[in-house]
Amino acid sequence: MTDTTSLQLKANGPQPRTNEKESRGLWADALKRIIRSRISLAGLIIVAVFLLVALFAPLIAPYDPIKDSDLVKRLEAPSDEHIMGRDSQGRDVFSRLVYGARISVKIGVISVGFALVLGVTLGAVAGYYGKWLDGLIMRLMDILLAFPSVLLAIAITAVLGPELRNAMIAIGIVYTPHFARIVRSTVLSVKATEYIEAARAVGCSDLRIIMRHVLPNCIAPIIVQSTLSVGTAILDAAALSFLGLGAQPPEPEWGAMLSDGKSYLQKAPHVMIFPGLAIMFVVLGFNLLGDGLRDALDPRLKQ
Amino acid sequence: MEALLKVRNLKKHFPVTKGIIMEKQVGLVKAVDGVGFDVNKGETLGLVGESGCGKSTTGRCILRLIEPTEGEVEFNGVNVRTLDNQALRRIRKDMQMVFQDPFASLNPRMKVGDIIMEPILLHGIAKGREAREKVKNLLDVVGLAGYHAERYAHEFSGGQRQRIGIARALAVEPKLIVCDEPVSALDVSIQAQIINLMEDLQEQFDLTLIFIAHDLSVVHHISDRVAVMYLGRIVEMAGYRELYENPCHPYTKALLSAIPVPDPKAKKEKIMLRGDVISPLNPPPGCNFHTRCPYAIPRCRDEAPELKETDTGHSVACHLVNP
Repeated sequence: MTDTTSLQLKANGPQPRTNEKESRGLWADALKRIIRSRISLAGLIIVAVFLLVALFAPLIAPYDPIKDSDLVKRLEAPSDEHIMGRDSQGRDVFSRLVYGARISVKIGVISVGFALVLGVTLGAVAGYYGKWLDGLIMRLMDILLAFPSVLLAIAITAVLGPELRNAMIAIGIVYTPHFARIVRSTVLSVKATEYIEAARAVGCSDLRIIMRHVLPNCIAPIIVQSTLSVGTAILDAAALSFLGLGAQPPEPEWGAMLSDGKSYLQKAPHVMIFPGLAIMFVVLGFNLLGDGLRDALDPRLKQ
Repeated sequence: MEALLKVRNLKKHFPVTKGIIMEKQVGLVKAVDGVGFDVNKGETLGLVGESGCGKSTTGRCILRLIEPTEGEVEFNGVNVRTLDNQALRRIRKDMQMVFQDPFASLNPRMKVGDIIMEPILLHGIAKGREAREKVKNLLDVVGLAGYHAERYAHEFSGGQRQRIGIARALAVEPKLIVCDEPVSALDVSIQAQIINLMEDLQEQFDLTLIFIAHDLSVVHHISDRVAVMYLGRIVEMAGYRELYENPCHPYTKALLSAIPVPDPKAKKEKIMLRGDVISPLNPPPGCNFHTRCPYAIPRCRDEAPELKETDTGHSVACHLVNP
């Protein structure tokens, strides 16, 4: 048994064979797929319009949302001058809606941002370290999830005091377990990969592994969850404001506007209809975009 | 010759548990069960065996990527098993690993340059421009180009990715590299390139290698000594020529006879092993190879053979060879 070498080891060229693939970023790919799907494109457009309205509110709104009130003409029906009519204080409903978009953006970003930071941290720690820490954190999250979300938010705002800022904190807390769960499960799957083991072999500390190697590979589900959450956060904040626990009058918050108009539903339905439609479309837009992103970022659809 | 790495009685047992709340142990997988060997400076030890025999676990236990259950690992005079986390991270400057799957072992969100630069920065070998220069050199050394640093791993082929993995391991100028089946995921033609590259690098950087593989012909080409593993134990260990010309253990003989010879006229006695590798969950008493051994005698069923040196540098664990 002398010649056991079946390999002919002479194929070593100076340069390896190149069959490099064209590089396209994750986001360029995702955007392309979103645009290709009509439904998610509709979501993208709604969200874009919403953001632009919020950004350029002073340019779009024809009147001041708070100061320009004329009590004599209160509840006036839509006309050429006031395309969405006037509310119970005689203010322009359209201008209030436009400025309300700013408040909604603030609510979406701050409450989801709060949930994101807290949830990602807890989820990453639970998933990475495992064992009793995982058990402790995730059981706490389960307790939070066991409450109906609006009820929990009401309880938290009731404790903190009825104010928009507190409503955002409450929504942030309510949404934290959703992020923690998603991040934990993604971290679990990423943690088992060979490149995490390679990072350990190279000498990375745990913190560095989490920040540089684990979390960047969990980004897709986090983005999807954030997008979907912004929509529902706006809805929940509107519900809290409607109940008088969030934004306080005269702030032009959409939920508060609904609450303001509810007494005049028979006499002047436009005061309630337009804020209601605005909430519906924005939430719909974020949901469509979130679903589209989920599909677009799904690695199984790559190729 | 001085030994760079000494492994003594290394064991890794994985408990098998049942139940969610009240976990109870229902079994023990003895993935590595009393492995011991020395690796001398500058030499290559080949570690071969079927899949599931514990060769990768052995490699990972040496680097303490997996915590061994028992045994000693002495590297360069330091007992690796007693190091705390910080000291362990520091010693990884001297012992590195090349992984099996080049598609899974590179972070898909990092540029190749950053992947290779990470260990350089972590161990304070170089900074800034000097570090970037070093990355370019490393890419050059493993047969890639400097401009590849700006790309992501998914833009490369398997062989190229494995070169990146090798560059990452070389970045800290280690003394020992554990290669965990570095070529088994590659095409045969690419395998040859990578093996030749490893050989060149070994000479160039005075490396000591542990080369894990399930393919004897691959190991044959690069190893100075070969250890054959079966179910968590080393059954035979010898210089590569000695092992290939004069295999003593029935398992080694069977493995060697399975290598195809590129000569249709060559006549050769093929030893077919019966059955699969038995489950390491319930290893049989005695020699754990006796269930498949064509020469098993009654004693094999009762008494586990020890790894004994028969000739200089040739050790076998078999009752037939060491009565």
